[in-house]
Amino acid sequence: MVGRILHSAFVYIMLIALSLFILMPIGWMLTAALKPSTAPVFTYPPEWFPTKYWEWETFRDALFEENFFIYTRNTVILVLLNVVGALFSCSMIAYAFARLQFRGKNLLFTILVATMLLPGPVLLIPQFLLFYRIGWYNTYFPLFVPAFTGNAFFIFLLRQYMKTLPIELDEAARIDGASYWGIYWRIILPLSVPALTVVAVFQFLATWNDFFGPLIYLDDPDKFTLALGLATMVRRVGTEWNEVMAANLVAVIPVLIVYFLAQNKLIGGIASVGLKG
Amino acid sequence: MDTSTRPARIVLKTKNMSRRSPLSAREEKAAYLFLMPWFIGLTFFLAVPLVWSLYISMTDKRLISAGGEHFIGLQNYTYMFTQDGYFYHSLYVTLKWLVLTTPLYLLAGLFISLLLNQKLPGIHLFRTILYIPAVLSGVAVAVLWLQLFNPELGAINYLLYRIGIDNPPYWLQDPRWAMPAVIIMGLWGVGGTAIIYLAGLQNIPPHLYEAASIDGAGSIAKFFYITLPMLSPTIFFLLVNAIIDSLLIFGPVFVLGGDGGPEDSLLFYMLYLYRRAFIQGLMGYATALAWVLTILGVILVFLMFRFERRFVFYEAAE
Repeated sequence: MVGRILHSAFVYIMLIALSLFILMPIGWMLTAALKPSTAPVFTYPPEWFPTKYWEWETFRDALFEENFFIYTRNTVILVLLNVVGALFSCSMIAYAFARLQFRGKNLLFTILVATMLLPGPVLLIPQFLLFYRIGWYNTYFPLFVPAFTGNAFFIFLLRQYMKTLPIELDEAARIDGASYWGIYWRIILPLSVPALTVVAVFQFLATWNDFFGPLIYLDDPDKFTLALGLATMVRRVGTEWNEVMAANLVAVIPVLIVYFLAQNKLIGGIASVGLKG
Repeated sequence: MDTSTRPARIVLKTKNMSRRSPLSAREEKAAYLFLMPWFIGLTFFLAVPLVWSLYISMTDKRLISAGGEHFIGLQNYTYMFTQDGYFYHSLYVTLKWLVLTTPLYLLAGLFISLLLNQKLPGIHLFRTILYIPAVLSGVAVAVLWLQLFNPELGAINYLLYRIGIDNPPYWLQDPRWAMPAVIIMGLWGVGGTAIIYLAGLQNIPPHLYEAASIDGAGSIAKFFYITLPMLSPTIFFLLVNAIIDSLLIFGPVFVLGGDGGPEDSLLFYMLYLYRRAFIQGLMGYATALAWVLTILGVILVFLMFRFERRFVFYEAAE
């Protein structure tokens, strides 16, 4: 009994220490962001949570003087396009692999799995040159059009899910005269909402956090995304650190909200991908 | 997993072959239409760039060049291996990162997942908190840690002063301490690894532990004879992922190190590739760099799979 209490105490102490390690930097960031420009961002000792200052002006400056409002808008547009593209294309492709019979299915599925292992860096430059040549440099096209052609990982995830739905549903619908499109749209898609949610959340995170794509394809500061705007702001000489922290929070808070809303699905999804990968 | 649907599918297959041949031609046509977006992507964003990249890597192609590119055979590769000191340096930085961080993050993640696997009140709250850094962008995390590592005013050196260290390191401004700083920042995000371990832990059937208890095994024996072997597929998955992620690290070090950090101590391979391709515009040379990185990755993953056969335990009955 004493042993078990000691054991639980040890676990709690470790978990509380780790949680502090995670939360203190975030608290420090919030404190810094809420300071007016006249107060020093760095203090001795560091302030881990806001007490004295609640200066929301800094957020206004970050949003409107530092253009983070525009960066947020741009990021939201790209996220929406990518999520719609991924949901639409991946579910169609997964439907074919999960529910339809056709020649070459096994071979095509093997190719699909093989593309999951394909190296990004090798494709980077030819893709860039291709998009550059067709005039897509400094536009959003390279950053969302590929999403409309499917992502092997998501297709795999959706196919696994769709295979667990009873095939009798399709047969009954076919007897009632439904087309394949009708079966996909009215039966399979509504039943796949749990898996589609996982895909939407993953795609949201991937696009929201993407840095390399916007870095190489966007030139015009009015088109920048949050990640690119942040990196540019930090590397500029003479930035106000309270504004940087406010801007960082602008980039981070939507992700945290989505994470808190979807955390069970997200963690479940990561677990299933992890085990099958 | 889908054993319940499997008999039904077999029936359907035989039906398809015998009675419904006109229908199945329609089905096939529908299937190819559904796959159309994928075929388009496979061709234009994958197959064509892949073949083209092999060619580009054997040319002197620049982003903007007057006379077009010239085929130069393997010259990019011979230059890289015989004359490019930065190539070797960036490879060294990347492999050093890989060797230092892979075991550290895998062990730290395992330790945290063992803590999170306890059935204690409030454990969900801790799981939520520890996973937070894993959903944040590498750039946002790096922007935050850049401030924490500030040598004179940052929070980390303050804490070091407090515990009696009078001359704490200059972190990102010191070539010896720049990489340790990035490693510490990476530890902040280790909850992502822990969650995958946790899924593996929760899939271990409890009866194994019960049987071991009856045989009188202690908790250390249970860990080494049940938990670790049962977890080995998860560890293997995480190991392969860690290797690939190490080779491709870019965003955070771009923010922390700028163009390579003090004395290029943070000149990771992808940062060097970016410099060659998009700062200097040497597309041909950068593509050759990409191929060398890819081949290195393939070799490492292949070695891992060789190693898998000896160390990873898969349950015989699935």
